[in-house]
Amino acid sequence: MRTLLFLIQKEFIQIARNKTMLPLIFIMPIVQLVILVYAADLNMKSIEYSVFDLDASHASRELLSHYDSSPFFDTQEQLFSDEDMEHSLKSGEADIVIKIPKGFEKSLMNNESVEVQFLVDGINNAAAVITTAYAQNILLKYHNNLGSSWLNLQEVQAKGIEIKSRHWFNPELDFKVYMVPGILVLLVSMIGWILTALNIVREKEIGTIEQINVTPVRKYQFLLGKLAPFWLIAMFELAFGLLLGRILFGVPIIGSVGLLFLFTAVYMLAPLGIGLLFSSLSNNQQQVMFLTFFFNLTFIMMSGLFTPVESMPNWAQYVNYLNPLAYFMPVIRMVLLKGSDFLDVLPNLIGIAIYSVVVLYLASLAYRKRV
Amino acid sequence: MRSFTSFVIKEFHHIFRDRKTLIVLFGIPVVQILIFGYVITNNFKDIGIAVMDQSNDIHSKGIQSKVFSSGYFIYKGAIRSEKEIESKFQRGDIRAVLVFPSKFTSDIEGSGSSEIQIITDASDPNLANTVVNYLSGIVRQYQVQKLGNGLQKSMMVVETRMLFNESLKGAYMFVPGTMALILLLICALLTSISVAREKELGTMEVLLVSPLRPAQIILGKVMPYVGLGFINAIVILLMGTLVFQLPISGSLILLMAELLLYIVLSLSLGIFISTMAPNQQVAMFISLFALMLPAVLLSGFIYPIENMPLVLQWLSYIIPPRWFIIIVKDIMLKGNGLEYIWDETLILTGMTVIFIIASIRKFKIRLEG
Repeated sequence: MRTLLFLIQKEFIQIARNKTMLPLIFIMPIVQLVILVYAADLNMKSIEYSVFDLDASHASRELLSHYDSSPFFDTQEQLFSDEDMEHSLKSGEADIVIKIPKGFEKSLMNNESVEVQFLVDGINNAAAVITTAYAQNILLKYHNNLGSSWLNLQEVQAKGIEIKSRHWFNPELDFKVYMVPGILVLLVSMIGWILTALNIVREKEIGTIEQINVTPVRKYQFLLGKLAPFWLIAMFELAFGLLLGRILFGVPIIGSVGLLFLFTAVYMLAPLGIGLLFSSLSNNQQQVMFLTFFFNLTFIMMSGLFTPVESMPNWAQYVNYLNPLAYFMPVIRMVLLKGSDFLDVLPNLIGIAIYSVVVLYLASLAYRKRV
Repeated sequence: MRSFTSFVIKEFHHIFRDRKTLIVLFGIPVVQILIFGYVITNNFKDIGIAVMDQSNDIHSKGIQSKVFSSGYFIYKGAIRSEKEIESKFQRGDIRAVLVFPSKFTSDIEGSGSSEIQIITDASDPNLANTVVNYLSGIVRQYQVQKLGNGLQKSMMVVETRMLFNESLKGAYMFVPGTMALILLLICALLTSISVAREKELGTMEVLLVSPLRPAQIILGKVMPYVGLGFINAIVILLMGTLVFQLPISGSLILLMAELLLYIVLSLSLGIFISTMAPNQQVAMFISLFALMLPAVLLSGFIYPIENMPLVLQWLSYIIPPRWFIIIVKDIMLKGNGLEYIWDETLILTGMTVIFIIASIRKFKIRLEG
């Protein structure tokens, strides 16, 4: 036990002495958290549109004024030819071009069908779908209003199904409340993972590992001594990040904080264990870095922060059993935002506990006292 | 010049001697493109929702069958009271509940109107929003098909054409994004380590006392990796076109030139990082930890830049992938020529020059104690 404490003390001294690393470890995650949380807004707020109005009539201008007054659309320019249209989309000035055909007003007056054309930049498929839906909605609204006001027909009773939506746990659909826990998980995991990954291999490269190897320090003591400091740092950063999220972004903490920290305490062993494992397997820092880079990026992308896990293909969902982030990502949101209790998170807790034990065991196998 | 050539040859030896790194280096783009291609496609499907149907009649069932045959949603059981919803949300079983009022069909056929409620688990607000949009779309469609819109007047036909990506494939978005991301990170990692490593192992002093000038050392460090980076880029490009069927509508030569520019930019960014970092640990920490998330989030790869607050939009200007993604999309998908992307190209060139000059100036000829 005393040996272990000395080892932990040694690691802390090393960390504290590294004057470049220290601020990086503590300041960079916080800065990233505060800035990046704002980036994740999928609501289209400024769809840039251009108009090719071949009719130039009262009716077409009326329709366009609907787009003009919509908070989602930003007017770009009037176009006067098909070449203009193409250029507007090619150059990216417009996300959508609305083309109103000649005779638009006349057809409307005569109750004939009219065709309005939307040309949409489809490269970002998700955005293209939303853009089209918004544009169609405005057109529909204009068309429905026509009956009563402009065409001066008899008042038509609006018939149909009204759809009301209620959003629980986050009624204003504030995406920051969602992103803070998500990014926090990424940052804390990456910090722990990268730091442990770099640690042992560095001792190998510098040669100090041989000095440890000839001491009576046991294998588990050595590994625990490496884990403990980074585990503490990660826990501390999570606590600090939560506090910051609460103060700056008003992230609610509905569930039990104790439960969250219990889960984190078990969870953190997984990324730290992976770091150790990679570190033991590599000969130099370059190798460990590329391994870390590859798995880190893959795990982040598959964590469910960017795309819902259930929409991924089946095989990817199986791969996610190997992804520690995928265990934690739902849990932190469940506890913080929904107030889920111990039983709700138990399956994930058991999963990540098994995961951590296995990874740590593998790491201890991979680390040998011989060089 | 001769000493310079032998220096470059030495760098090549360093690279090829480390087999493990080489394998990882070329494995990364292949595996990552495949994984992201099939996983991160922004396709919305298989979302679990439950139904609370208080009328259980023709139209409520009709709408349900439309909803669950759409492929977007999976039926996760019936719910009888609102109390059950909360615990289902808390366990994370379902993302939304579709609520039909009692007497749904008779209301629609009688008074002509009724109301459907969608209750979402908005702890993921973006998804909640999408769920509402898709569900509303399905209900509207049902309404038009089965009930008519109740208005006797001219038809408004909307013809929508998706340009550059007619079948709305997710790959069109993410292949350029992944390419920008992987190239930047790999190249920056490679060079940032390379200089810091010489410092740490003490071989830097040998280089410093050699007749090589700082500019030559930096150039010699960058050159071998240009080849590696370029091969990587070609692999990604081939995967994109062969596996995910991306077109190359524009000029291939222009695309290659831009790729080369971007690789040199990323490599010089790595060199720049390494001139500031005292050892490999710091160099890697910066090029991995500080670069990865901003490059993912601020490049427009996943979240549209136009939606971000202004400060973040300004910040995104200094993120190289932001510009490179535009260039790749323009050339490959829109078939644009240089006249459309000269400004982005100029920005990337400017960044490269700044990084190189800054590195040469920061490059210390002496090692301090």
